[in-house]
Amino acid sequence: METYNITVNGVPKQVTVDPGTPLLWVLREELKMTGTKYGCGIAACGACTVHLGGVATRSCVVPISLVGSRPVVTIEAMADDPIGHAVQDEWVSLDVVQCGYCQSGQIMSAVALLKSIPKPTDTEIEESMGGNLCRCATYLRIREAIKSASQQLKR
Amino acid sequence: MRLDRMVLLFVSLAAVVGWTSHPPPENPQSASSKTTTRTDGLAAWQQVYSVLTHPRCINCHTATNYPQQGDDRHRHFANVVRGPDGKGVPALQCVTCHQGANADSTGVPGAHDWHLAPLSMKWQDLNDKILSSAEICRSLTDRSKNNNRDGAALLKHNTEEPLVLWAFHPGRRIDGSMRTLPPLTHEEFVTATRAWVEAGTPCPQTR
Repeated sequence: METYNITVNGVPKQVTVDPGTPLLWVLREELKMTGTKYGCGIAACGACTVHLGGVATRSCVVPISLVGSRPVVTIEAMADDPIGHAVQDEWVSLDVVQCGYCQSGQIMSAVALLKSIPKPTDTEIEESMGGNLCRCATYLRIREAIKSASQQLKR
Repeated sequence: MRLDRMVLLFVSLAAVVGWTSHPPPENPQSASSKTTTRTDGLAAWQQVYSVLTHPRCINCHTATNYPQQGDDRHRHFANVVRGPDGKGVPALQCVTCHQGANADSTGVPGAHDWHLAPLSMKWQDLNDKILSSAEICRSLTDRSKNNNRDGAALLKHNTEEPLVLWAFHPGRRIDGSMRTLPPLTHEEFVTATRAWVEAGTPCPQTR
């Protein structure tokens, strides 16, 4: 067991865990932040996406020992993020969610996309969101919500 | 008859001393070592080629819009794409999963600045067929394609580049087994590269 100091949503945290523990389980089990979801555990579905050092990252495959000093941002902080807030508003407005399990990961990826490309094309949306799976197949509504959020943010 | 005998004698002497229409080499010893060096260089290149075409190296030297993975060199899962700089796209970058070191507890390989080689350094065709030894050699030594690297820079790249080093320490798969290694150790790879560079980076003549 090792002790790690990490910053999650701007708040310093200290955890004592095995170095190989994935960040996802540190968030969910140690810090009780359950907004980030476990989907596949092998970075194949995107449900566990957080921002690590500003980069959309699959938290299920990143051992805590490799997090270092990079700040962690999770779905719990999106309401206070201008782009995150706009995305969540459009998610609600367009009724994107069906079962909802993958949606925190979808939103984290959508926000990362819009922070990098404020007005993405359909191709850019599909390429960036291609690693986020939705078993309810809400892909068309996700794409429309991203485009709508992009429009809202331009005003 | 006497003239015929003199001609015959002259031709015989010429054959014995190797007198031909080509000028003799200035220094037979240096000509011999140069030939040996090129031969050795080509042999060293074949060793280098055997490493470059191993899946740990060539999976990220594709001609397509995506990397490969695994010893069978299948398309990388999760619809990963190359992106404008070979590092993926905004919400699906290489570093979305690949960290600065191997994550053996989760089976994801990693090294500093994980990325695809540029298309100018593709070592496969669009059908994922590996290019020939001569083709890769020519590409690797073309400074308009290889980031303007001369022989010394190629040797430095093969000696120090983190992604090159990673290929010889590729970590564990998700099932806990070790990833397969290139056919040479890194030390042997550097030695072969040095011999090839010192021979003037010769390339095979065949296609």
